Amino acid sequence: MAVVNPVLEVDAIRLAFDGVVAVDGVSFTVEPGELFAIIGPNGAGKTSIFNVLSGVYRPQQGSVRFHDQDLIGMRPHRIAALGMARTFQNIELFSHLTVVDNLMLGRHNHMRYGALSAFAWIGRARREELANRSAVEDVIDFLELEQWRRFPVGLLPYGVQKRVELGRALAMEPRLLLLDEPVAGMNVEETEDMARFVLDIREELGVAMVMVEHDMGLVMDLADRVMVMDFGKPIRTGTPREVQEDPDVIRAYLGEQHRTAGGVA
Amino acid sequence: MRGRPELYTSYAQDMAFLNTRPKRVSTGALLVVALLLPFMITDDLLQLLATGYVAAIGAIGLNIVTGYAGQVSLGHAFFLAIGAYTGAALSGDPDGRVIGFGVTSLPVWVLASGLVAALAGVIVAPLAVRLRGLYLAIVTLGLVFLGDHVFREWTELTGGPGVGRPAAVPELLGVRLDKDGAFLTGAQKLYLVMFVLLVIFGVLARNLVRSRVGRAFAAVRDRDLAASVIGVDLTKYKVLAFAISSFYAGVAGALLFVPNGFFDPGSFSLLLSVQYIAMVLIGGAGTISGAIMGALFITLLPRITRELPAVLPFISGDATGTFTVFQLEAVLYGVLLIVFLIVEPRGLFGIWVRVRNYWRTWPFSY
Ligand SMILES: Nc1ncnc2c1ncn2[C@@H]1O[C@H](COP(=O)(O)OP(=O)(O)O)[C@@H](O)[C@H]1O
Ligand SMILES: [Mg+2]
Repeated sequence: MAVVNPVLEVDAIRLAFDGVVAVDGVSFTVEPGELFAIIGPNGAGKTSIFNVLSGVYRPQQGSVRFHDQDLIGMRPHRIAALGMARTFQNIELFSHLTVVDNLMLGRHNHMRYGALSAFAWIGRARREELANRSAVEDVIDFLELEQWRRFPVGLLPYGVQKRVELGRALAMEPRLLLLDEPVAGMNVEETEDMARFVLDIREELGVAMVMVEHDMGLVMDLADRVMVMDFGKPIRTGTPREVQEDPDVIRAYLGEQHRTAGGVA
Repeated sequence: MRGRPELYTSYAQDMAFLNTRPKRVSTGALLVVALLLPFMITDDLLQLLATGYVAAIGAIGLNIVTGYAGQVSLGHAFFLAIGAYTGAALSGDPDGRVIGFGVTSLPVWVLASGLVAALAGVIVAPLAVRLRGLYLAIVTLGLVFLGDHVFREWTELTGGPGVGRPAAVPELLGVRLDKDGAFLTGAQKLYLVMFVLLVIFGVLARNLVRSRVGRAFAAVRDRDLAASVIGVDLTKYKVLAFAISSFYAGVAGALLFVPNGFFDPGSFSLLLSVQYIAMVLIGGAGTISGAIMGALFITLLPRITRELPAVLPFISGDATGTFTVFQLEAVLYGVLLIVFLIVEPRGLFGIWVRVRNYWRTWPFSY
């Protein structure tokens, strides 16, 4: 096997909010094209890891390397420009703007023209707008959003909003995609659609992904490797099969599922 | 595609400035009416409308920073003042009582006033980057008090309170725009010039807000966290919004007193900022046409209330009665603001959208 540098290398990060340790000693790597999943009970620190990766929080210890760039201390918009995109556990769309405008915002860094060309709207501004609008149309096709194009996203059903947020991240043409609970709160049909899109992204676009998810079935079906977390610490990282059979994992996570889901895991 | 006016056949058409036929037709009709008005109404009404058009330029500016980028600024009067004094000083009589440099060419001092105000905006903007919401509103309010003090004291520039100074001298290609000429009166000329300027600055602003920059403003306004993780530099766009807004304020300030010919440093109080906020809110935050409607409405309001004593005798036309037109005006601002905020947060623009949708579905509307 040829030696390829990992897309992402997270090394021993620790993040605490005065008193509460949210992430403690977490390390993992994500290889090109890989779908890496993070699971763990509520409050385990999964979202906090994403916030560290995308520059929203600065960890007290550890390092994050993304395509051989050190990300610690870098501001979120610079990290985005390097090719990291994410979706949020609680949808963070621009709810007054239309689907098209939300996706165009995903292409913010693919356009370079400034305020002066914007005023004139000729030449460069117009050219770049048209080219990027057509790229947005590709995302709309890919995620089957045609019928919603002109709606302010705040008016759309929850499942569609989740899809638009995925679209906004895809419009960035990222090298790494972070998905925070992409199917949380969705019905069976919406969950299946989302699973299909995640598979399509991997197969057709080859983008590496990190997915935080509660839906065990989905994680076990889709992920190449899984990291299980509890109380900010990683318990076990391995293939879905290895992880499922680990006694510590069963105790910490699956046990919790048994309790909360009334015995149905 | 005549039968289906809203069927777009290309992105270019979809993204065009006036992307549907009804929009083109109604805009064309408005243009024709506005250009015919100077030959149909009296000079004092023309002067009022000209002032309204200039106010609209200023309101568009406030709308860019507050309506689009979500940074509530009470400091608009300060930037209007900077524009007003830059324009007046640049074009003023070099031998006059107050500072003047005799550069009377209108495009030159209009641009210069905009740029000086924009520079002031950039200097103030770092506050906006650190503060938000009410804190920003209060700090920008501080600017107004600061400016008010400086302009009252600096009598070589401003003439001092109660005295004032002449407004900017409008001259274009050797023609004085405020003096009656062979074909047009001063009021007609000024009306037309202000209208053309409003169209120019309105079109530029519309282009801006539908561009990458305008979308970034909206993103910063609606969700700054999401904006930054998709690659929008929050600091850069907040500063840019302030700079552009101040540029518009500077341009408007320089032109605002030209129809009157004179202005006093007392004009730039908090009340002026509040009037512009009212224009934006009543017109509808986040739309260019709304800002124009709001500005015209607020500018024409005193004129309408002044007619009231004739109809309603209990309202006094001068400052001596128990209930004067001036009190009425102040009350009206307040009431209108509250009514619009509660009933129609999208302002006059929202009402216009409703009317338009009514006719669009006619005869099936209800
Ligand atoms: N901004 C914050 N301030 C204080 N505590 C936080 C903050 N964000 C997360 N935490 C705490 O960090 C822990 C991990 O939270 P989170 O990463 O959201 O967990 P998960 O996504 O796995 O459910 C929780 O105890 C949470 O209360
Ligand atoms: Mg979470």
